[in-house]
Amino acid sequence: MLGRLDWSAIPFNEPLPLITGAVVAVIILAILALVTLKGWWPDLWREWLTSVDHKRIGVMYMTLGLVMLLRGFSDAIMMRTQQAIAVGDAQGYLPPGHYDQVFSAHGTIMIFFVAMPLVIGLMNFVVPLQLGVRDVAFPVLNSVSFWLTASGALLVNLSLVIGNFARTGWWNYPPLSELTFSPDVGVDYYLWSLQISGIGTLLTGVNFVTTILKLRAPGMTYFRMPVFCWTALCANMLIVAAFPVLTSAFAMLLLDRYLGMHFFTNDFGGNQMMYVNLFWAWGHPEVYILILPAFGVYSEVIATFSGKGLFSYRSMVLATLGICVLSFMVWLHHFFTMGAGADVNAFFGIMSSIIAVPTGVKIFNWLFTMYRGRIVFTTPVLWSVGFMVTFVIGGMTGVLLAVPPVDFQLHNSAFLVAHFHNVIIGGVVFGAFAGYQYWFPKVFGFTLDERWGKAGFWCWLVGFYLAFVPLYALGLMGMTRRLQHISDPSWQPLLLVAEAGAVVIFFGILCQIMQLYVSIRTREQRRDLTGDPWNGRTLEWATSSPPPAYNFAVLPKVETIDAFWEMKRRGPAAAAPRYEPIEVPRNSATGFVAAFFAVMTGFALIWHIWWVVILGFLAAAITIMVFGWSDHREREIPAGEIARMEQARIGARGAA
Amino acid sequence: MTLATTEFVPAEVARGRGGGGPAPTRIVVAYGFWIFLLSDFVLFSGLFAAYAVLADQTAGGPSGAQLFHLRNVFIETLCLLFSSYTCGIGALAAERRRVDHFYLSAVFTILLGAAFLFIEVSEFAGMVSAGAGPSRSAFLSAFFTLVGTHGAHVTVGLLWFVYMIAQVWVKGLRAHVLRRLLCFSLFWHALDIVWIGVLTLVYLMGAR
Repeated sequence: MLGRLDWSAIPFNEPLPLITGAVVAVIILAILALVTLKGWWPDLWREWLTSVDHKRIGVMYMTLGLVMLLRGFSDAIMMRTQQAIAVGDAQGYLPPGHYDQVFSAHGTIMIFFVAMPLVIGLMNFVVPLQLGVRDVAFPVLNSVSFWLTASGALLVNLSLVIGNFARTGWWNYPPLSELTFSPDVGVDYYLWSLQISGIGTLLTGVNFVTTILKLRAPGMTYFRMPVFCWTALCANMLIVAAFPVLTSAFAMLLLDRYLGMHFFTNDFGGNQMMYVNLFWAWGHPEVYILILPAFGVYSEVIATFSGKGLFSYRSMVLATLGICVLSFMVWLHHFFTMGAGADVNAFFGIMSSIIAVPTGVKIFNWLFTMYRGRIVFTTPVLWSVGFMVTFVIGGMTGVLLAVPPVDFQLHNSAFLVAHFHNVIIGGVVFGAFAGYQYWFPKVFGFTLDERWGKAGFWCWLVGFYLAFVPLYALGLMGMTRRLQHISDPSWQPLLLVAEAGAVVIFFGILCQIMQLYVSIRTREQRRDLTGDPWNGRTLEWATSSPPPAYNFAVLPKVETIDAFWEMKRRGPAAAAPRYEPIEVPRNSATGFVAAFFAVMTGFALIWHIWWVVILGFLAAAITIMVFGWSDHREREIPAGEIARMEQARIGARGAA
Repeated sequence: MTLATTEFVPAEVARGRGGGGPAPTRIVVAYGFWIFLLSDFVLFSGLFAAYAVLADQTAGGPSGAQLFHLRNVFIETLCLLFSSYTCGIGALAAERRRVDHFYLSAVFTILLGAAFLFIEVSEFAGMVSAGAGPSRSAFLSAFFTLVGTHGAHVTVGLLWFVYMIAQVWVKGLRAHVLRRLLCFSLFWHALDIVWIGVLTLVYLMGAR
């Protein structure tokens, strides 16, 4: 009846996940109770859960990413503490089986459920506004994408209290991840949650490529698009080209585990290195899916706060496209030690080093943009400058690792761990925070507190260097990654420094939570009525903050790069615009319902509850068919109502 | 925004290069679906790569040369390609609002697609009963997964087409129904392209 599921799935003998689970359950119950008591359900359902507005979906993505950041960070600080104390005779507080789950969950969550939602959230909110249009190409699909991503995150978190998570590392290599060596549900949690969220991500890719290529304001030719849109385009093309490879690799592993096939098994002709190749044929483009939009954020932030157009816009675009293509030609550098031979390793080593060229072009472009600009050192600029310094260091250690003989020494060492945290934190996370700080007033209509923001930035920056520079040294001293116990006591001082770094980052996170709290408390003083608090250059600043459901009452006419800057330079149009009725997409419960059945089906697949699996698939098919039959997916806002809303908006702006 | 298929679309708008603002719905939908199909091709490319790597790993079990019957595969191929032809005829009939012609070609498309599936399923059943199932060797795992994934796409395609015929029956050939039909026919033709790859890599090269 319930497949493999019984009471032994709850880890009664392990207090840590149980207590965590209980605390989370209490928090969730408290939130649900609050929502019920305040009578917020109808609003929540109408305005958020069933919303297909790209702005709302963007906010939900960002919220998901930030909440999951807390989960991923608590895994991180647990690992750092274990390594700092489990030295010599001491065994620390995490037994090996649990420690293995923690590092697997940390990597999986940080890549798939923190970095991806943050980046996709920013793209969701910003891209249609920057393109000067009213929504993405497929609004309902967009909501489905979000809810599938959230479903995957929910399943990963369920593994904390029901069953366990994978102990295989975040890339889940066979043969360890095969049924023979991982017979319990951990790997299945990993695979199904990533398959479900992967479909969501793929649909996002399809949606945004179509949006950027087919829906732009009149006059916005390719070379007038803001750089953030270019980077979003490249990232989404990479999603379309790379995520299906991951889906197929995971599908093969699932077939091995569920139907006894032999893609990656030790016997019957299976080939484990094929999984490794397929995984990284997705995995390397993935890091560019994350970093390219972050590059876009820095471009917007630096140009805006330097009061200048971006230096050499065209070379920036070409560098982005170059990275987009090159990212598919370097995957083998993740496993030079496979033994592919000198020629193959040399090719991939050289290609990996070449990626540093377009990246270097970008760094110089940002520096030259700042040169002789009127720089305002706001929090987003601090994140951007912190990124430039940090990322260059990370990039250079990357070029070191791209040299195969060096890589043979440093493969799977703490040096590697330091390198990729150096580029992912220093690149993607800093970028997400810069974007969060930069576009927050556009989203909610008030600015974030600068003092707490700056304190948060400095904690993160100092904490980052404290936490990861010791790991570079430890890697050179011979420490491999994922050690549950440290046998060499001479490593302990550096591990204690790294632990201190993690604590400083924790203070950074506290500062950011304080920043949000203080800003909401004082929102009336920090209200932005102009819609353009930073003297922005691109079209998202041309509309009010927060923007109306239809974004732009009249689609803007674009004649140059930095279209809004040009509009401000020319002054307001002489004649009042003539408003026409606007079609906006209707709300749809499709995404939420699909997610409900996705979680149900995924959970049943993990626990082999086959009758629920069949029910779940039938329900999903019915959901698709109901949506596929619908005729009226848009509603019309009459011209009169738009005129009234625009009058109110212009009036508010005049009063400011 | 919505343009019926026969309406004139200015070239600059149709290309969506930005000169004319957002492209009409029909272009956006078909373009987005085409991008989705590209991603589907990438999914198949992963399965093709796996098959190419594992094709010789028979683990002492039967090889392709012992299992494949090219005569059946030839008939299978003809069924699928002709179903694409009738599907194309049906799409033209739908464009011209000839609903009776559309139904006629739809019947042929479904019959031919079902015949393809029938041959494939009986091939699979024969192999499994002969002890050459997907868990016999890495080669057979890759074979069943690649060919089976294509077959699953054909199955979904048939169900989708029946569902679309029901929409035509109830709503007639309206603009949004035509858009959905356009996506279906893109899907159906894309399956041919994948099948040509399967035919070449799996059957023609494997039966030697």
